[in-house]
This record gives sequence, structure tokens and C-alpha cells, in this order.
Amino acid sequence: MSSSMSYWMLTSARYSIAALQRGRRLYSRYVLSRSPSKWKPFLQGPPALRDEVLRGGLALPKACRHISTEEDFNLQLSPAQVNEVLRAGELVYQPLSLPGGAPNPVLRFESNQLAANSPVEDRRGVASCLQTSGLMFGIFDGHGGHACAQAVSERLFYYVAVSLMSQQTLEQMEEAVENMKPLLPILQWLKHPGQSIYEDVTSVHLDHLRVYWQELLDLHMGMGLSTEEALVHSFQRLDSDISLEVQAPLEDEMAMNLSLQVAFSGATACMAHIDGIHLHVANAGDCRAVLGVQEDNGLWSCVPLSCDHNAWNPAELSRLKKEHPASEDRTIVMEDRLLGVLMPCRAFGDVQFKWSQELQRSVLDRGFDTEALNIYQLKPLHYYTPPYLTARPEVTYHKLRPQDKFLVLASDGLWDMLSNEDVVRLVVGHLAEVGGHNKSDLAQGRTNLGLMQSLLLQRKARGLPITDHNAATHLIRHALGSNEYGEMEAERLNAMLTLPEDLARLYRDDITVTVVYFNSDALDAYYKGG
Amino acid sequence: MFYRWLSTVRRQSTHPAWQKWPSARSSTSAAQAHSVALPAQARVVICGGGIMGTSVAYHLSKMGWKDIILLEQGRLAAGSTRFCAGILSTARHLTIEQKMADYSNKLYQQLEQETGIQTGYVRTGSISLAQTQDRLISLKRINSRLNVIGIPSEIISPKTVAELHPLLNVHDLVGALHVPEDAVVSSADVALALASAASQNGVQIYDRTSVLHVMVKKGQVTGVETDKGQIECQYFVNCAGQWAYELGLSNEEPVSIPLHACEHFYLLTRPWESPLPSSTPTVVDADGRIYIRNWQGGILSGGFEKNPKPIFTEGKNQLEIQNLQEDWDHFEPLLSSLLRRMPRLETLEIMKLVNCPETFTPDMRCIMGESPIVQGYFVLAGMNSAGLSFGGGAGRYLAEWMVHGYPSENVWELDLKRFGALQSSRTFLRHRVMEVMPLIYDLKVPRWDFQTGRQLRTSPLYDRLDAQGARWMEKHGFERPKYFVPPDKDLLALEQSKTFYKPDWFDIVESEVKCCKEAVCVIDMSSFTKFEITTTGDQGFEVLQYLFSNDLDVPVGHIVHTGMLNEGGGYENDCSIARLTKRSFFMISPTDQQVHCWAWLKKLLPKDSSLSVEDVTWKYTALNLIGPRAVDVLSELSYAPMSPDHFPSLFCKEMSVGYANGIRVMSMTHTGEPGFMLYIPIEYALHVYNEVMSVGQKYGIRNAGYYALRSLRIEKFFAFWGQDLNTLTTPLECGRESRVKLEKGMDFIGRDALLQQKQNGVYKRFTMFILDDHDTDLDLWPWWGEPIYRNGQYVGQTTSSAYSYTLERHVCLGFVHNYSEDTGEEQVVTSDFINRGEYEIDIAGHRFQAKAKLYPVTSLFTHKRRKDDVELSDLHGK
Repeated sequence: MSSSMSYWMLTSARYSIAALQRGRRLYSRYVLSRSPSKWKPFLQGPPALRDEVLRGGLALPKACRHISTEEDFNLQLSPAQVNEVLRAGELVYQPLSLPGGAPNPVLRFESNQLAANSPVEDRRGVASCLQTSGLMFGIFDGHGGHACAQAVSERLFYYVAVSLMSQQTLEQMEEAVENMKPLLPILQWLKHPGQSIYEDVTSVHLDHLRVYWQELLDLHMGMGLSTEEALVHSFQRLDSDISLEVQAPLEDEMAMNLSLQVAFSGATACMAHIDGIHLHVANAGDCRAVLGVQEDNGLWSCVPLSCDHNAWNPAELSRLKKEHPASEDRTIVMEDRLLGVLMPCRAFGDVQFKWSQELQRSVLDRGFDTEALNIYQLKPLHYYTPPYLTARPEVTYHKLRPQDKFLVLASDGLWDMLSNEDVVRLVVGHLAEVGGHNKSDLAQGRTNLGLMQSLLLQRKARGLPITDHNAATHLIRHALGSNEYGEMEAERLNAMLTLPEDLARLYRDDITVTVVYFNSDALDAYYKGG
Repeated sequence: MFYRWLSTVRRQSTHPAWQKWPSARSSTSAAQAHSVALPAQARVVICGGGIMGTSVAYHLSKMGWKDIILLEQGRLAAGSTRFCAGILSTARHLTIEQKMADYSNKLYQQLEQETGIQTGYVRTGSISLAQTQDRLISLKRINSRLNVIGIPSEIISPKTVAELHPLLNVHDLVGALHVPEDAVVSSADVALALASAASQNGVQIYDRTSVLHVMVKKGQVTGVETDKGQIECQYFVNCAGQWAYELGLSNEEPVSIPLHACEHFYLLTRPWESPLPSSTPTVVDADGRIYIRNWQGGILSGGFEKNPKPIFTEGKNQLEIQNLQEDWDHFEPLLSSLLRRMPRLETLEIMKLVNCPETFTPDMRCIMGESPIVQGYFVLAGMNSAGLSFGGGAGRYLAEWMVHGYPSENVWELDLKRFGALQSSRTFLRHRVMEVMPLIYDLKVPRWDFQTGRQLRTSPLYDRLDAQGARWMEKHGFERPKYFVPPDKDLLALEQSKTFYKPDWFDIVESEVKCCKEAVCVIDMSSFTKFEITTTGDQGFEVLQYLFSNDLDVPVGHIVHTGMLNEGGGYENDCSIARLTKRSFFMISPTDQQVHCWAWLKKLLPKDSSLSVEDVTWKYTALNLIGPRAVDVLSELSYAPMSPDHFPSLFCKEMSVGYANGIRVMSMTHTGEPGFMLYIPIEYALHVYNEVMSVGQKYGIRNAGYYALRSLRIEKFFAFWGQDLNTLTTPLECGRESRVKLEKGMDFIGRDALLQQKQNGVYKRFTMFILDDHDTDLDLWPWWGEPIYRNGQYVGQTTSSAYSYTLERHVCLGFVHNYSEDTGEEQVVTSDFINRGEYEIDIAGHRFQAKAKLYPVTSLFTHKRRKDDVELSDLHGK
């Protein structure tokens, strides 16, 4: 455990030092490049810069050239290289049928990730519960570093899985720990080969998880929590554990530094739990889950299964106002950001928005090298009645029907670029393209050689469309390469992908997409079989 | 296991012959299949019921072996054999391949009569078209080789082509090769017929039985684990086609069988308006990358495209064969090429495009023989899409190999042991077969080097030499410099440099050779295989004396040239051995001997610890200092006298060179020129090289490559194992009697055969030919494999050739036979027979006069050296 942890610390420290040096040398750029992120450490960042950039298309990169590193700006990628870059994070998985031979309602899922931050701050997770049934998909969008997103992506599913366990299973778990016997397996992870290794629950984390299930045991609930309760409890419990871990004195400096980084960075989370026809989506922050539905008349529509928790959500605004004194009504959200700093209004970590100033000071004064750990010590103005931020998720329940074809989970990097409708339209188009490949215009009937040749030559002259086999890649390609009319522009895509590291974040955010396909036949069978 | 998928392959429609087999079940139901128990033991288990497996079974049973079991995971003849295009063509580039195809042709022709199973054999003949003059030269070379082994063939004009095949467009042709006895046949039916005949001879055939892995104990096959139980056996034959690689890897100690599948497409059409007669000849348009044969009144046409699609890289459970999809876009260039060749086919209706994966090997030659690590583990696979043509002959050679211990022909070019474990990486195979598959129809020119899968093994000096203009060739994965391009000179681009005539590097190599003769050159020869052999006592030494044909009991510091012979007296290896101490020896063998020699030694070494062998190839960098000034360079670097008095020829001493200690210096150069080989522990390589180059400057030192070495050794009549020598040539046949301890009363392997040969005379003789009326600038260059004519009669083929800058003539080396004019039987070849003939070498149909020599033309070379020096290095040099 410690070796991979130390490696992690080392890399994050290295990055932070690099960022620091860069920041000092090129102060203005530092401000600029940070400003469109969810974090806004300095209030004077130009507002809405990113929107302008997007509207301006490719004109702006040239204007910005003087502040960029000179060399790699004119780099051109070949189409094959573009594909390689886009496909590096691909992950496809086809879950096996359920025990007992019932077809799995999840046909397969396709996922992909493209980084803009360096290192990438998004995380994703897919795992199946081994003690209860169900498959979990999560998207975790970190800000102010990737520590929190990493921790949440590693730990959240364990909390959910434990919350869903029956009293009996929990007792078995407790007994196993007490008698030093091997623990029942909780989760099976399905992950990208290049994805950083999910630490199996480390000892400290396991202790906390154990405290949690002990509390659950004390509730004497027999069959466990309902899925909705389980999700809400898990989110909140994990967030409070994150917050408490850094307050408790720990001997191990490494572990302490890590929990500090986790607590002082933040992550929004959106996860889906699918058990048979029961789909729950829990969301805290601005990731989004959208369902693609094909009505019986063949038309497609999109059903959002989560609400973004940000300043553009009136319900969130009124919640915030209700939770804080009326005197803060004007200061609680400024420039569409929480306290003028943070974009999402719900998130894990970010104790700067949760703890009292005194607590923050007392923790940080314990002699951490905050600069090396890349921790933002910001003091938001008008910080009167913390907490301002919560990790409590909004849970949506949806009963899956045969009409429901797929679910798209993605970080806001995608939703900034594409609307819900665009996304559903693109996935549907992708499905048709992949399914109909090679069948479309090469007639199956009786053809002669001459006709076939001319047909093939036509196709060749037209240039074959580049097909992504992965729907997530297809979405990312279009998110980056589509112009304002929704048409693909190869140059635009190329330019977006060749942005130098320090500029990339200006034009695009980390994008993580997971597309889950449902098996209509299996869903049908659920309804018919009762 | 992953083998099971093939059972889902489309079923062969029940063949009438199927039920007739006494031992095979009519396996129509799976339940029935399970009820039949496998025998508990057998002598041979063959895995694979394609054409290769059935052919091996057929020949083994014909040769009288009993207790043979053939296992097939799906149905017989269901893999590539089933989808094969069914063209049997003898127009091959290698003589051994021509012989295999010729035998197959004769075998298949009579198979219907023998078994009563229709094989669809039709003698259609084949026409190989040439669109360019270079292609025509290539065809002419094939033609002259086909004729001497008795296969009728001729070069025909485009007009004759049009007469033979009326649908062909011949306007862009310059000629063609017509082989009238080539045939088409249904390969699946041939496999079934072979299986049926084998089964009548007692071979037991079980289908729907997968081999999981082969059981091995102490490096010897002991049995086979199948999904239906175990079978004990002594021999296992891997004929698993494109799965042979995976099957080899499934062993506990993996057997590396380097092959890889690519998708291969061919087109089937409905019958032509007036259906094509079944005797329509098969057409191969290599420049257009396609082949065309008649098929049920229509045509079957496929090809080998420039951009192949490798498949099954991750193993077989990734994709299923029925999932293989047609890819019309991929086929378009071949279709266009077909319509260019036969424009009238435009209206021909398509039936389907078949995707049938074919297996390719890293050097485009098939793989046969025994595994170097597991005794009794035989392989026959990797047919490079010529499985049908080779099936009969290859099966026969492998059966002979198993029964007699060696095949009746030299098959070193096809031997599994030419590869090492280094060619078994999936990435390497995937990349290499993408080059090999197009090469099938590319022009095959002399001195072709593969471009992919390179820079795997390199000398530590690679970068230094590369920066000085080295151009590289690869042998056994090792990069070797060919020659060094001077900074002021440009060579042609790769494509343009392909030629059958005088190559563009001619002048470069000339200056390197000249420098070797007059000053000193350094050649990096690190690729040579190097073994260290240590004995613990006299017993071990006696074993060595038995293994090697020359006397190793020489004083410490001496080098012995010796062969390692087989029972027949043929060369298994040709090496130089330096006695380092009383008990340890340093053995230098050709590069491609690394696996072969190791396997040979391992087979014969005593099981106790009296002898130990270590492969130290990777530990030493070898520099060859060739030339009269090598002495000066070395003595200046070592402050030791290097003159012949202090350091006689064929002597080995560990000494310091520059700052580096422990350099093994040997007074031999593998060329017959004066000079030294330095075996340098690799960490000193750069230092020694730098010192040699800087000290050598005043003596005119320069880098040289293998082409210079080759020219030097061939003009000195030095035979090279793998090219000139093989397991069927004996020391007596190449004038190396002095390298054999026949007179010393010691026993060694092959002694009896040699004694007999000495008494009876030899049936072939290694001879050197100097081309007389050959114009180096204008005439086609010899390569190897050119027929040799004596007084107008065919007497053999050349084995290697080079231009001698000293003689200013081309020199060819080759074996001369004496075939009886009446019976064709081989007769004794005497020196007289050699000396009393008028010789001609046939290069692509043009015969050049040649002078035959049995001994090197020493007078030309002695002007600078003393007599005893010459004798030692010339007769004993390699």
C-alpha cells in the first residue's frame, strides 16, 4: 500500500512544484489558465472567457500566442494520430449474464476519457456489487487537484455496497474482521488497464468503513437500507470521513499529507446504480446523467436523470439561501459562483467551504508544507456561516423500460460542449453507423463485378468515414470537433488536441464519458416474467 | 480451452467417404462423440486434421509406422484447408519448394485412384504473367530451375498467353511462364482422401478432440493432454495451422513456432455466360497482385494486397472464424486489378467474397522439423498460403524425418531451428507478416532484406557504425553491416535499388575489399554464435572428441577448424574451436547455428556434469581486423609482438588491447586474408573499437561490411554452412579431408560413413566456378541456385556466388554431380571428372561459360605472404 501511495504523493508533489515555478515565472498566465476552472482562487479572473473562446473558435489561440510556449503550437496530427489520442482512454466491457442465467439488463458499456488538465482531474469507476446485486457506474470530476476525485472514486462504491448489505451480511463482515479472517469480497472493479490502481481498501479506510457498518448494524434494519437511502448516506458518510480523517492526528506523515490533499481539493460525483430494472442516479455537483429513450413510434428523446448543482439551478439557489441567513443572500453566490469562487454548489472535499475558519487554521497550522502539497489556502470573502457546501446527493429513481436504450454519464467537460439532445442524437447516430457498417450501400443482392468496382471506387473517392467503435470516443470527438452548426471540422479537432498543455485547460475541460447500453430483450423479459 | 471454437465452423456436408472409415466415427452428434474413448497410448499423436496433418499421417503409415493417432478439434479439413483456393503450382522460388510441390502434384493426381475419393484434380496448367522485364527475369530463373528437376515449363510470349486464355488482356505483358502440368484440386477433398488412405493403413482419427497441451518430461514428449483425456506418446506432430503458435506456447516449456495469420480474401463468381471449361489455366499476375482460376464455370480470384490485415494476434479466443467479415473496400484494389486483366468479366455476377485467414512466417518459408527444446515434438505449419502445393511433399519430408532421423532432401531452409525464441514475440510476428504477405507477389531480387522487425539484436557499436554510413542486413535477428556508404556518395532509394544486374554498391564494396587487401579493415562480426565448452575430466573430453570430427587434442592456444557431423557424415555444424585452457574451449559457429547447434549438442551431451556448454554469444563483441596491416595496429595497441613468429596463424591468446584486458585475439579472419579476430567482452567494445580506429588511421584503416567479407571468402573458395554446406554434405565432398581425424583411429560421429565414402568415392564435389564470358556491367548477376551444366548436361546447382575484385570475375560455388546419361543414377565424382568438363552456368536462361576449380587460385594471392601461412589459413580457414 505504502509504495503506491508514496509514488502517488511523489508525482503530485512534482506536479505541484512544476506548477508553482511556472506560476511564479508567468504570473499572468497562471491566473488566466486557472480562471475557467471550477476553482477561482483570485477574484479578478476575466469572467466568461471560456465562452468567448468557444464562440471565437480558432481565432483566439492565435491571439493568445504571445503568452504560450512557442514551439508546439503548429504541431499537426495525422488522422491516425488523432484517433490514437482520442482512443487512448477507451474502455469497453460486456458484463456477463447474471447468476442464474438471467440476461443482464446492461448489455455493455463503453467509456473514454480525455485529459485537459495535467494530470487529469476526472476519475471514473465501474464496479459490480458482489454481496448484493447491481452494477455501479460513477463519474468523478475533481477540482483543485485530483486527490479528492481519486479518493472518492476509490472509496464511494464501498460505502454504497456496504449500505446496501443486509444485516446478516454485515454481521458476517464484522465477524470476519474480528476473527482476522479474510473479508468477503465487496466489489469487482472493471477498469481501464491504464487506470491508476484502485487501492483495495487501505487499513485506515477499512477502519472507517468498518465503523460505518458497525453503525449500520446498530440500526438493526434487517434487509439494509433502501437504495435511495443507501446512496444518500454513503455520499454524506464518505464526505464526513474525508473531513474527519484530516482532523484526527495520524502518525504516518504520508497518509496525513494525502488526506490533507483530499480534504482541501474537491470532487463532484455522479453515479448510477443499476439493479435489474431499478436505476438510481445519485448526483452531487455538475456531472450529468442522461437517458436515451426510443419511443414506440421510433422517435428518440432524452430524459435527464440528474440536475446540475450550480448557480444556474434555481432550486439550488433557493436551498442555499434558505440554509444561510438572509443577510448573505447577495454574497452567497457571486458571478455565478459559490461565494464567488466555486462553480458547483455540492461537492466532496473542499473543506474551505465546510469548516469554520478556526478549524481550517488549526489543521493547517500543524506544520504542513501547503505549497508542496499544492493546497489552495484561500479565504473566500463573506465567509460567515459555514458550511456552504454539502456532498448530499440528489437521488433520482427510474424504472427501466424496454424503451430505455442507453444511459450517458459524463463530466461537465462534455456537457459544456454538447447539449443533452446533441449527445443522444450522436449516440443514436453512432449506433446506426456501427450496426449498419458494411451493409448499407453494398447491396446484398446479385451484383456484377463492374458495378461493384464502380461502387467501391466511389466510396474510396468519397473517403470512408472514420468510425469510432466506442460511443464515448464518438462523443468526445464531436464535443471537440463540432463547430457552431454541429458539423465536424477536422482542423478544429486537430487544433483542440494539439493545444499545449498549459493552454488546453482554457479551451476544454477534462472529459469523461461512460455510455451504458441496456438490453431491451432482458428488460422485456423482466416485465413479462414479472 | 480456446481450441473449442473451431467446432462451430460450418460443417462439411457429409461426405460419402466419411462413413467408410473403419476407425472414425460418423461424428454427427456430440453425444456420440463423447462416448468414444481415446486410446491410452500411441506412438505418434498428430494434432490437426488439415492437409498437413493428414499428409503426415498418410506418409507415416505408408512408411510402416503403427499406432498413429490424428486429433482434430473440429471436423477434418475444416480450417484454412477448407477455404483454400485449390491451386497447385510448382512455380516456386526455392528448389526445395519446387520439389515439394512437384511431389504433391504427383501424389494428388493418383489419389483418386488410390482411395476412390474424388479430389477434383484437373491438370489445367498455370500461367505466371510478367508486366515488367524484371518480373520476366524472375520467371526465367524459376523456369531454368524447374526444367532441371524435370518439371516441364517454358517462357512464352504474350501472344501465346492470349491463345491459352482468351479472356486475358495481354497488351501490357512482356512475357509469361507456362507450367502445363500445374493443377487445380479441392484441398478439402485431398485432405479427406489422405485421411481415408491413412485410416486404411491403421491411423486412428478422432475429430472434435482438442489438444490442450503436450506433456514433456526431461525434454522429451511423453504424452498429450486433450479435452477427452490423456494419450501417452513418443512423438507429437503440431500441424495446427494458424493455431500452431498458440499450441506451442501452451506447453509448460513453450515451443516457439513463429507464424501469424493474416486475413486473405478471394472472390467467387457465378458461371460465365458460356461457362469456362474446367481446363482453363490458372493465371498468376504477380505485378497485379492477383491469381485467377476457373471455378465451376466462373472464376475464383484473390490476391496478396499491399496492406494486409493481421488477425488473431491476441490468440484465438478473440475472434471467431465465422465472424470474419468480407471487406469489399479492402478488396477493391485487387478487384480493379482483376478487371484490368480480364475486362470482359465486368458483367460476371458475384457470388461471394470469402475471407479465409492464411498463415505466414517471418521469412516466407514454411516451418518443419523437430523442436530444439523438446525431443519428439515435430512441427509442420506456416505455409504462407501454399499449403496445398506443399502439403504432399512437406508431409513426406516430415515423415521421413521422424522415421529415419532426417529427410531425404536438405530442408535447412525450412527447419524450425532456423528461428530462435527471439522471433516469437507477437508484436514482431504481427509487424513482420504485414511485410511478408505482400512480398509473396513482390519481385524477389537478390540480397533482399526485411524492413520490419529490425534492430532487435545489435552490437554495442551499432550507433557508431550507423553514424559512419553503415547499411544493415539482418541474420537471426542480429544487425550486421553490409557496407559503409561514404559521406559523399548517395545510393538509390530502396525500391529503385532492386536489381538483378550490377548493384549500386559495387564501387563501395570494391574499395572496402581493396582496403582489406592492401591495408586493414575492421568488420563487426558480433552476430557469430559463440559457445564456451568446459570439461571436468578426461571423460568429458572424450565425448568432445566423439562429437567433433577434427582432433581437439591440440596444445592450449591453438584453433581447430572442425565440423560436427551426423551419422551420415554430413555437416550439422561447421565451426572453429579455440582451446583456451586444458579443460575449456571457445567455439565459434555461424550466426544461424545458435539454435540448431545448441539443440544438436544438447541431444548428444552426457546427462552427467562432465561437460558443460554455455551460450556466450551475447557476452562478446567480435571485431575482425582484416588486412596486412592488422599486425601493426594490434601490436601498437598491445605492446606485444604480433608477427607470425610470435603469433602464428590459427592461434588464440587472451591479451590486453588498449586499456582493456582479457580480449581474446585469434589469428584468423574467416576469409583467408591475414588478420585477427578480436573477441571483446561487450563493456570494452566501444573502447577497443575507438582505439583500433584511432591507431589504425595511419595504416589506412576503414570500416567494412559483410559484402566485402563475402567477396573475399568466396574468391578463396571458403564454404559456408547454411549456404554451401548442409546436413547432407560431407567434408570429403568439399575437399576438407584434412579437417577430419580419419587416420587417428579415434571414433567420432559420422566416421563410418566417411570411411565408406573415402573408399567408394564421393557422389558430389564442391567446386568453384569462374565465369569467363560474363560482363559484370551488362549481364545478369549470378545469385545462388543457378543450374550448372557440364558438357551440356545438368550436373548441379550453385550455392553461393560473389564478384571477385581480385580476379575481376564472378565466382560461383556449387556442387557437381555425375548423373548417368542412361539411367540418371548418381555416380562417383572424381577430380578427373571435374577437371575434364566444359562448364556453363545458367543465369535466367542464359548460359555463361565457366572454369571449374577444385582448389583456390592461390597463385594470385601469395605475392605478399609466405607459403606456410597460406596453407594454414587457406585450408583451415572458413
